[in-house]
Amino acid sequence: MNRLALFLPLALFAVLTIVLLLGLDKDPAELPSALVGEPFPAFTLPSLYDANRSLDERNIAGEVVLVNVWATWCFACRIEHVMLNQLAEQGVKVIGLNYKDNREAAIDWLKERGDPYVFSIFDEQGRLGIDLGVYGAPETYLLDAMGTIRHRRVGVVDDRVWDSEFRDLYAQLMADKR
Amino acid sequence: MPIGLAAALFTSMLFGSENLVKFSDESLRIRYQTLITELRCPKCQNQNLADSNAPISQDLREEIQRMLEQQMSNREIKQHLTSRYSDFILYRPDVNKTTYLLWGSPLAILMIGLLIAVRLNRRNRIHAGSLDKTEVDQESRIAEILKSGEDDK
Repeated sequence: MNRLALFLPLALFAVLTIVLLLGLDKDPAELPSALVGEPFPAFTLPSLYDANRSLDERNIAGEVVLVNVWATWCFACRIEHVMLNQLAEQGVKVIGLNYKDNREAAIDWLKERGDPYVFSIFDEQGRLGIDLGVYGAPETYLLDAMGTIRHRRVGVVDDRVWDSEFRDLYAQLMADKR
Repeated sequence: MPIGLAAALFTSMLFGSENLVKFSDESLRIRYQTLITELRCPKCQNQNLADSNAPISQDLREEIQRMLEQQMSNREIKQHLTSRYSDFILYRPDVNKTTYLLWGSPLAILMIGLLIAVRLNRRNRIHAGSLDKTEVDQESRIAEILKSGEDDK
């Protein structure tokens, strides 16, 4: 028998080890983003503050914006809120998508913690959430001026995430717009 | 005892009716069941939509019910959901460039196994053949010796 063939099990073992090692770094809970590169889904929903004010996708287009999915029942949103306030102060346009929440509780929350949002969409049934592929809050989408989704973050956006995932792309999109 | 039994039955009825899904056509229910067992809850790792109690699963079950009532085909419904939640949501994903390894590897491993089996088998047969040859040689020699013995008589 060919002597090299004796090393075949060892080679197979090595390949398997490498594949499994690479797999260790992956988060199995993270879904691939199906909507990156796609336009923001069409919707018609009321504003959080005013049930009679109707909002749709045209209210979002035209500017480079962050769309932040939040809710009062979402614990991580409390942590993220500080960061969103900072971003809003720096002039970043943040639009809130209040997801499957209670209107009064949400308004109270914004009174108490500050309101970083240009406006908040009130998605009580989570229908826009489904169209966006939201599976938990918080989630944050970066949209270009054409209303195309350019980046999606599932989970909290903090300084580290902003620096590594958003800042450069945001700056580039702002430059493209001009 | 009968009161306890009645109470147990009553509560089970309560819980049963709470989750009842209504369809305009009962044939949709079968498709509904197939779909929710075949689709995966996006929030939970190893549960399908049928098993999961996560709010997102409830929403997606309602969404599927709504789409079934709109006469959408199973294919369209899956397409609708994967365009939002990606292939992650399919427990039986289509064959494409990210899943060919998943679908192909069992076949490839089977092929490798067959190849090894065929080769081992062939080698054994060659060995068996050479054994036969020595046996034949021995037998012919024995015959020769016996024959020469007979000639001596």
